[in-house]
Amino acid sequence: MNDYIVEHPILRFTHGKRVKFTFEEEELEGYENEPIAAALHAAGVRILSYSEKHKRPRGFFCAVGKCSSCLMEVDGRQNVMVCMEPLRPGMKVRRQKGRHQSK
Amino acid sequence: MTENKYQTAEKTIDICVVGGGPAGLQAAIVVKELGGNVLIVDDNPILGGQLIKQTHKFFGSKLHYCGVRGIDIATIFSNRVQDLGIEVINDATVVGYYDHDTLGILRHDNLFSLKAERYIFATGASENMLAFDNADLPGVYGAGAVQTMMNVYGVVPGKRALVVGSGNIGLIVPYQLLQAGVEVAAIVEIMTKFGGYYVHAAKIKRAGVPIYLKHTVIEAKGKDRIEAAVISEVGDDYTCLLGTEKTIECDMILIAIGLSPLCDLLYHAGCRIEYIPELGGNVPYHDTNMMTSKPNIFVCGDLACIEEASTAMLEGRIAGARAYESIYGKKGEAETIVKEAARELAIIRTSPFEERIVYGKKHLHL
Repeated sequence: MNDYIVEHPILRFTHGKRVKFTFEEEELEGYENEPIAAALHAAGVRILSYSEKHKRPRGFFCAVGKCSSCLMEVDGRQNVMVCMEPLRPGMKVRRQKGRHQSK
Repeated sequence: MTENKYQTAEKTIDICVVGGGPAGLQAAIVVKELGGNVLIVDDNPILGGQLIKQTHKFFGSKLHYCGVRGIDIATIFSNRVQDLGIEVINDATVVGYYDHDTLGILRHDNLFSLKAERYIFATGASENMLAFDNADLPGVYGAGAVQTMMNVYGVVPGKRALVVGSGNIGLIVPYQLLQAGVEVAAIVEIMTKFGGYYVHAAKIKRAGVPIYLKHTVIEAKGKDRIEAAVISEVGDDYTCLLGTEKTIECDMILIAIGLSPLCDLLYHAGCRIEYIPELGGNVPYHDTNMMTSKPNIFVCGDLACIEEASTAMLEGRIAGARAYESIYGKKGEAETIVKEAARELAIIRTSPFEERIVYGKKHLHL
């Protein structure tokens, strides 16, 4: 939780309440209603998925819900844009491999 | 289709504005002030579009909110929208433009259709990507993306940045990174001079950030994350000059090389799209009233041409007034709004920075 900006000459950040969520098997904390991607990056997570063919690591690119570079699996749902999806307590976030796996 | 959980609801409105940034909000406000029925569909939880991350003060005249920070302009506009009682469908993505001029809108897990007599598209633009070795690694981010993370959510996804491109975004974002306590290794610019306003460049130079002109990035080093960037000088034909490579330590490479209009829905609607590089690439054809090749569809803002927030607002006002008149008939007040906005646009576009836009618009209107 130490990667949030604390002091800023212009901005004052109002965060939601601190909530726990899991990333892969790890328990992390973030602020409720911030995008999942913000919580992950504040916790030092940079790799959000692996590419389908060459298994290359992928991060976000646009952060405004346009580019689909940040698709992850959230609570069992595939292809969730984590730069837009608000964080809720107890969410289970996983890296997805490739586009998606149909069950 | 019985097992799917999507519900279908039908909604109708006279004028639907798609996009709640500076252009779309001004369009909706104008329509409502003139007395029309209008609603706004936006994909963010709060209105303001990219204004919500602009911490710098705007310039221009009083009319363009000079001296006011972008974030505060967003608040002024959304308060106005609220005071006027304009309906806002937020958190909602328009997913398609279908038969009988109907929009499909996805909000949370609910898909519904909306039909309006007139549409004003103000969908904005998306950041351009640059190809170089390892450009797909985490750590290569849109400069605007990092600006969103940093200024809206208070998170910076790195400690030391290299910025590629020195237009206004490429000059403003590194300055804001410094304000947030993040190091900026350098800015690289392929042209012979920086692209943005002198004031922004001066701030960067005062802060001691080097700007490498006639340079570009050719490689990101690292396996799972970026450890350094390799930059190279370019010759007069913009090819890399062998032996001029420099390695710059950084964990983020921010791409600020321009934007492309988000035309997808306009293609879907069957609007004529033209390739005008000066306006940002593929843009919907529009006349000086901001009407597209389809008389029920208007456009404004970065979708109509990659320019700036102040001109987006003015084009939004023109689109709003003309869309209003096209349904409810001619009105003196609407004419005044258009005339004033057109005059302001003409003044802004006398700037040498705007030569490209003037050329592009002329080309489009032929």
